[in-house]
Amino acid sequence: MEKRATFSSTRIGLLFALPMLVLIFVFFYWPSGQALYWAFTLEQPWGGGNTWVGLQNFRQLLSDPYYWGAISRSMVFGLGSTGIAMGVALLLALFTDREMRGHKAYRSIFIWPYAIAAPALGLAFRFILAPEAGFLSLINQIWPGLWNPALDGTDAMIAVIIAFSWKYIGYNFIFFLSALQSIPRSLIEAAAMDGSGPMRRMWDIQLPLLTPTLFFLLVINITESFQDSFGIVDIMTQGGPARATELMVYKIYFDGFKGLDYSGAAAQSIILMGLVVLLTIVQFRFIERRVHYK
Amino acid sequence: MNAKFLGAVGTFAVAALLAGPAAADKTKIDFWFGNSGDIAKRVQEQCERFNASQADYEVVCTSQGSYDASLQNTIAAFRAGQQPTIAQVSDAGTLDIMLSGAYYPANKLMTDMGYTVDWKDYFSGIASYYATSKGEMYSFPFNSSTALLYWNKDAFAKIGKDHAPATWEEAAADFKALKAAGYACPLGFNISRDEVWQLEEQFNAIHGEPIATKKNGYEGLDAELTFNKGKWVQFVRDLKSWYDNGEAVIKSKETGQTFVEAFANGDCQVILTSVGDHGNIGRTAKEGMNWDVAMLPVYEGTQRKSSFVGGASLWVLTGKSDAEYKGAAAFFDFIAKPEEALTWSTVTGYIPVRNSGFKYLNEQGFYGKAPYKGRELAIESLTASPADDAAPHGIRLGGLLQIRQEVSNGLQAIFIKNEDVQASLDNAVERGNQILRKFEQTYAGKTLP
Repeated sequence: MEKRATFSSTRIGLLFALPMLVLIFVFFYWPSGQALYWAFTLEQPWGGGNTWVGLQNFRQLLSDPYYWGAISRSMVFGLGSTGIAMGVALLLALFTDREMRGHKAYRSIFIWPYAIAAPALGLAFRFILAPEAGFLSLINQIWPGLWNPALDGTDAMIAVIIAFSWKYIGYNFIFFLSALQSIPRSLIEAAAMDGSGPMRRMWDIQLPLLTPTLFFLLVINITESFQDSFGIVDIMTQGGPARATELMVYKIYFDGFKGLDYSGAAAQSIILMGLVVLLTIVQFRFIERRVHYK
Repeated sequence: MNAKFLGAVGTFAVAALLAGPAAADKTKIDFWFGNSGDIAKRVQEQCERFNASQADYEVVCTSQGSYDASLQNTIAAFRAGQQPTIAQVSDAGTLDIMLSGAYYPANKLMTDMGYTVDWKDYFSGIASYYATSKGEMYSFPFNSSTALLYWNKDAFAKIGKDHAPATWEEAAADFKALKAAGYACPLGFNISRDEVWQLEEQFNAIHGEPIATKKNGYEGLDAELTFNKGKWVQFVRDLKSWYDNGEAVIKSKETGQTFVEAFANGDCQVILTSVGDHGNIGRTAKEGMNWDVAMLPVYEGTQRKSSFVGGASLWVLTGKSDAEYKGAAAFFDFIAKPEEALTWSTVTGYIPVRNSGFKYLNEQGFYGKAPYKGRELAIESLTASPADDAAPHGIRLGGLLQIRQEVSNGLQAIFIKNEDVQASLDNAVERGNQILRKFEQTYAGKTLP
């Protein structure tokens, strides 16, 4: 008989879990609790005290048309960047999996963008996409005024979506590639022998077998696009021009960290958290049904 | 070789022995500031000069990268009980710290530590920006600037002019002429959050127009914004018409070139920016380019008032030991010396904050020499009206940075989305007032010192 080490007492089990629990408490539950408390008060930034105001912060936010604008812009940003980041990553991963020329090189190169800090990334893209001095200024020389993220809200939104997607393509790519490589070769070879071309094999075999990864990345990408975009927005557009790129998370960052409106920012954080939770529930409820885990 | 080496080690050891006890006696104080780049280096040099000038204290100066980050880090440190002794707070953060009770008032500190400071020596425009409504100084003005008009003499010579426009009417004609002479960017400007102060706040200051009621907030937290009335609305309309005619061009980091870079490069012929950029433009201006500065123009028939000071002041925080406060006082005493004012104004574009410093700089012939000539106009602009003038001497509004964001959003709607001038400014005022009311409610029960 096989020997097994088991722990009978829950106390020891809890003891082992304790470090992790403490970490989660310190870095998640405590700050979230603090934010929740501040959201119902008016907190003085230097810590001089606060007053309970109930739902006032929420009422002000939800009655503000510009805040609703920020919510819908965040949706556009989230869906747009998730679509691009996942679509391009999947395409690249499929190519790499087919061992196109140079696949070894870009297998390692594609993960690099994920390691770049958002401000550095923002700086680089601000330069690349600048209408007068950047690489894209060439476009304006051919069609004057076609591309100007500094003065055109739509262009600015496209610019931040591109910058953000670029960062996550590498991240998604690694997941897609490892998922693709875990698909048994025999399945693909069998299909090939039955006469199906590469496109057919991708569509009928690889993609269905990728659904758990697709679903996982969808949840992660949507969540990250709602939370991780403020650095890029801050450097590239500062929420402008004329609020065109004012995303929920950038507004939190600006109101809280620059404007010292801690309570307003806390209330916005709670709303954002609620929205992300809601989106995730929707995804699990409606999309996960179509995922085949085994 | 060996002997030399041993000798060196020996000297080192003796030096260490001698220096050891002295170093241990030094009281260390922290000073956090927000300037970055070249200015940060200059602050660091000033700290080193102070440390070398005496043996009792050592000030450790740390740049936090930006005004916002510095304030944010200082507040976080304060809430955790790890605050520095001295913190730099910019104009936008002044009111919050003033209401916080987290500071040791500058005037009290100096008296307690046995220094007599002639507070009247500060330029009135600078002092009153940071003083309480009763005129008491709770912080030390540090890096101070104000906006000036920079103009390209070569371009103006082409349109037959040898002086900068003194009025906006004259400026409008100049922009038109420059455009006609083939210049693509007569006036370079930007309307982002960090650049509206020279357009809005400085304009209202020199025209003596209020930005808010209650003397721009000095007389109470219940002030309301009023910049949607009066001459500034006209200015926005004029600026918009220059913009539509291609006589004024938005230049920003997002377009690929800031207006300061565009001016230094000779691409834009007129800009409005801080005197703090004077040194920078002098160093980066295109070879052979002739340029100069002038005071900001006013509309015809306007009595020019003092412009507002920009920059930051130094605050001493509570919760430190007596020895540390002594060190802070010694540091303030040191940087107030006229010689320090000279060095500071030489290496940065910032202006001296005291009459005595300005006098000393004048005696040294500082403003007569080429790279620094013109900076005295900043002082002239700051002191254009007497100290007891009825016009507001500064801005004391809560959430000033958020209000600037609203002004910027309003202007962007006007310039980029062609929205109605009056409606957009009304909207900015309304949203700004909501920020003010929330601020007032946050500090309910506190009175403005």
